[in-house]
Amino acid sequence: MSKKQIKTTVNGVEHEILVDSTWTLLETLRDQLKLTGTKEGCSNGNCGACTVMIDGKSSCSCLVLAPEINGREVTTVEGLADHGHLSPVQDAFVENSGLQCGFCTPGFMIATTALLNENPHPSETEIRLKLAGNLCRCTGYDKIVRSVQDAAERLSKT
Amino acid sequence: MPNFDYEAPTSLASALELLARAGENRPLVGGTDIIDQLKSNRRHADLVVDLKRVPELLTLKSNGSGLRIGSAVSCTEIHKYTAEKGGFPALSESTELVGSIHIQNRASVGGNVCNAAPSADTIPALIIHEAVAHTASASGGREIPLIDFFAGPGQTVLEKGEILKELTLPAPSKNTASAYLRFIPRNEMDIAVAGVGSLIEVDPTTKVVTKARIALASVAPTPVRAYAAEEFLQGTVIDAAVIDKTADLAVDSAVPITDVRGSAEYRKELIRVLTKRTLNICLERLA
Repeated sequence: MSKKQIKTTVNGVEHEILVDSTWTLLETLRDQLKLTGTKEGCSNGNCGACTVMIDGKSSCSCLVLAPEINGREVTTVEGLADHGHLSPVQDAFVENSGLQCGFCTPGFMIATTALLNENPHPSETEIRLKLAGNLCRCTGYDKIVRSVQDAAERLSKT
Repeated sequence: MPNFDYEAPTSLASALELLARAGENRPLVGGTDIIDQLKSNRRHADLVVDLKRVPELLTLKSNGSGLRIGSAVSCTEIHKYTAEKGGFPALSESTELVGSIHIQNRASVGGNVCNAAPSADTIPALIIHEAVAHTASASGGREIPLIDFFAGPGQTVLEKGEILKELTLPAPSKNTASAYLRFIPRNEMDIAVAGVGSLIEVDPTTKVVTKARIALASVAPTPVRAYAAEEFLQGTVIDAAVIDKTADLAVDSAVPITDVRGSAEYRKELIRVLTKRTLNICLERLA
């Protein structure tokens, strides 16, 4: 088992850490950096509970090896709020009840943030397509879609 | 996860040197297949070689002679590039079908090819666009027409220490259209029960088909070309009867199995329907 020294920026904070070659980014975030907002669901890329952004692009952190993020910037759900103020995406999920048990919510918020960065005014079809990699077993998705639409509105006013 | 070492070389030469070492050494690009396979013991590695930092594998360029796709370029990048530049609609639509956006952001088309799943969505699109696989190894490299690249489910003709370096696709003529469709039980994020890529080149004055390519996914141990359907279609002026006959011939090239995703009979019927639909989309695109 080999260890790798890596430098990475997580939520704007630089870390120089020793990671095992076989750790996933998800394990490093949760167990090493104690950023437990990112959740482990299926661990094979189907459910999206572990979605983070790597250099701004949404990715399943369960399918990334920790040493791969050397020199990259990672954003997790903990990085969305600004000094304790929820981001417009987070506010929209709260106010539209875009969650029930909350386990999928960090992944959905990251996926939504990445989607709206790329496409500030997605149609409902585009929202459903681009969020198809995030599974929710509580809401039936309608309230999530409304949350994303509201988040797009909020962001267009900022 | 089982034990392995990890290296991220920054030149093709050092990547090839690492992969040629003794042991089971596996290239990694997006990791969306290989990491899951390592976790679940479906593939084994002593050393994982991350190729994303090798500049020679990150080419994405087109010119008058065609398109060059480095094996480490992501589906998202290829989708955006081809959607904007045009010319390869089947490839553009298939790169948007591989898993979710989170998968497409990481997964490369090169990896989709080398993972060699019979159901891989980008492969029929590449085959109908006459992609050639350019390989690299310490002893040189080979050029392999993509249809000859596959040896079985999850298996390619690559030898130890040899990697896919890039795919080249010749520039299609103006009068060419292509389309890829797959069938899945939901709208997105699933593995093709069956898939069909079609490409036709039609003489704008006589309307005669001057070139036809049809490739099938998920109906054989490897991606297949429907040669008889292609030969029949070439030289015809397309009408409903020609499309029906072409679809019948495409079905004859499918040798599917029955599994959890669908029965052999169902898959054959899907090939018939998807062949017709892709040809009709091609005609719309030419109109």
